Amino acid sequence: MNPKIFTLLKVQYSNMMEYRVEIALWAISGIIPFFMLNIWTNNNLNESINISDVMLSRYFLCAFFVRQFSVVWVVFSFEEDSLMGKVSPYLIQPLNPFFRYFAQHLAEQITRFPFAILISFFFFIFNPESIWIPNLGILFLSIVSTFLSFIIQFLIQSIVACLCFWTEKASSIERLLFIPTLFLSGLLAPVVSFPTYVKSWIYLTPFPYLIDFPANLLSGNETNISGGLSMQILWIFLLFPLFKKIWSEGTKKYTAMGS
Amino acid sequence: MVQNIIDVRNLSKSFDISSKEPGLKGTIKHFFKRQTKSLKVIKDISFEIQEGEIVGFLGANGAGKTTILKMLCGLIYPSEGSIMVSGYLPFMRKENFLKNITLIMGQKQQLIWDLPPIESFYLNASIYDLDKFEAKRRIKKLSEMLEIDKELFIPVRKLSLGQRMKSELLAALIHEPNILFLDEPTLGLDINAQRNLRKFLKKYNKETNATICLTSHYMKDITSLCKRVICVHEGTVSYDGKLDLLLKKLSPVKEILIVCRSEEDAIKLENYGFNVKNKIKNEITIKIENNSITSSLKTILNNFDIEDLFINEPPIDEIIGRVLIKKDYEI
Repeated sequence: MNPKIFTLLKVQYSNMMEYRVEIALWAISGIIPFFMLNIWTNNNLNESINISDVMLSRYFLCAFFVRQFSVVWVVFSFEEDSLMGKVSPYLIQPLNPFFRYFAQHLAEQITRFPFAILISFFFFIFNPESIWIPNLGILFLSIVSTFLSFIIQFLIQSIVACLCFWTEKASSIERLLFIPTLFLSGLLAPVVSFPTYVKSWIYLTPFPYLIDFPANLLSGNETNISGGLSMQILWIFLLFPLFKKIWSEGTKKYTAMGS
Repeated sequence: MVQNIIDVRNLSKSFDISSKEPGLKGTIKHFFKRQTKSLKVIKDISFEIQEGEIVGFLGANGAGKTTILKMLCGLIYPSEGSIMVSGYLPFMRKENFLKNITLIMGQKQQLIWDLPPIESFYLNASIYDLDKFEAKRRIKKLSEMLEIDKELFIPVRKLSLGQRMKSELLAALIHEPNILFLDEPTLGLDINAQRNLRKFLKKYNKETNATICLTSHYMKDITSLCKRVICVHEGTVSYDGKLDLLLKKLSPVKEILIVCRSEEDAIKLENYGFNVKNKIKNEITIKIENNSITSSLKTILNNFDIEDLFINEPPIDEIIGRVLIKKDYEI
């Protein structure tokens, strides 16, 4: 690993450890998939999509897990730093400021890990029939896929964050993305439950590769592994140059307000 | 031969500013149609700065000093004109350029609030590709120079403003930059902390021959550090030259309060031909031009029975204040 990133990660991890209680609370606040599981099973909605109760509960547990390790808030951090003038000293350092946020997110995920495990442990106590051990290959691919999902979300939010250079409130634009992310990513319902013609459109967007694909992969549901991973990589290849372009144009617009 | 490290030619900068009329009508109008206008904050300025110089940028609030510094360090794009700093176009933000400069802006912090400053120092060292051994050596040296070696392991949030400012300075200097852009570095510091910071900057300049561009509203910062000042008035350079020349020009006379042994002597002195400002009993205040102070004092001491005398320097803030509201100064 690049020594700069490694040091950033170490320092950000120390910083995150100062906020361990908050991180535990954030981890708990990510239990939407468990509510959704409850709604699905109580209403026998899974019967319409031919998924058993056990597979559905594994799916939502995995959705919770994927969400825990792919949640991104860079637009809010960047917006605040930008408005407060804190981005200025970072801009004149020989490291793109987004690496700081990237390391912050990774450090937060590491801090979050034990809490996510603990929540899963409680989940299995209440749903012992859902216990399963994925094989190592699938586990590895799921970790890769979750990381790719994190990168896609990080790039999407970073692109939106760069709009701070034009409009001070880029987070309002991010809110527009919140709805499709919520409904099309698989957080509230597996994408397979959508009508066929809607699905064909959804799979052309990056959203199902954020939660649905990695969660299906980890839970052992039937999924096109190579197709899903390829789409994730494709989206990264599309978003990265876009981010670079918008970053380079945006910094020309930077007025260093608040500093 | 001393080289120009900063070369600025016909530099201008404009910002788009939106304006809104007061009241509900103005708010609704603003919602549907934003009124923006281009405001030229820097207007066609040119100057050069040599390696190792300490230059003070003086100007009233909003004159454009900070904008100039921001353009010099590459933080913001110029609208027109050219800037070369250490052979680089600053706004390209090339790695080698960024490794050569630093910018310190008042209390804007790059230190991580909840961690001790030492963590931020090691992080910065890593960003500037310093190995651990070298980073340790520089942290030790700079913390001793800044007298904060005891505060390195205390979380930033627990440090006093002065200690934080010194830590900011250390974080900004760990890569030993050749060019320092300091925007009001002593803002909010107490007198002792200000003095220590000035002492440190002088020493840093002497030891490393670093070029320092400084803005400050504390005249003591300017007078104790800068031989040269650039006065900025409404985006233009109103004076660029030596500080002492400016002071001499703006304050050509000194006031001398003379306490005579008797009132008769004071009357004699009053009628001697000096420019008398006032006389109260045996105390008389006269105005003497800077270039004839020595000869005038000699005459007074030889011809009159003097008990005491005081030479009053006009307050420097007052003199500089006069510069800041004038458009042009020819020296």
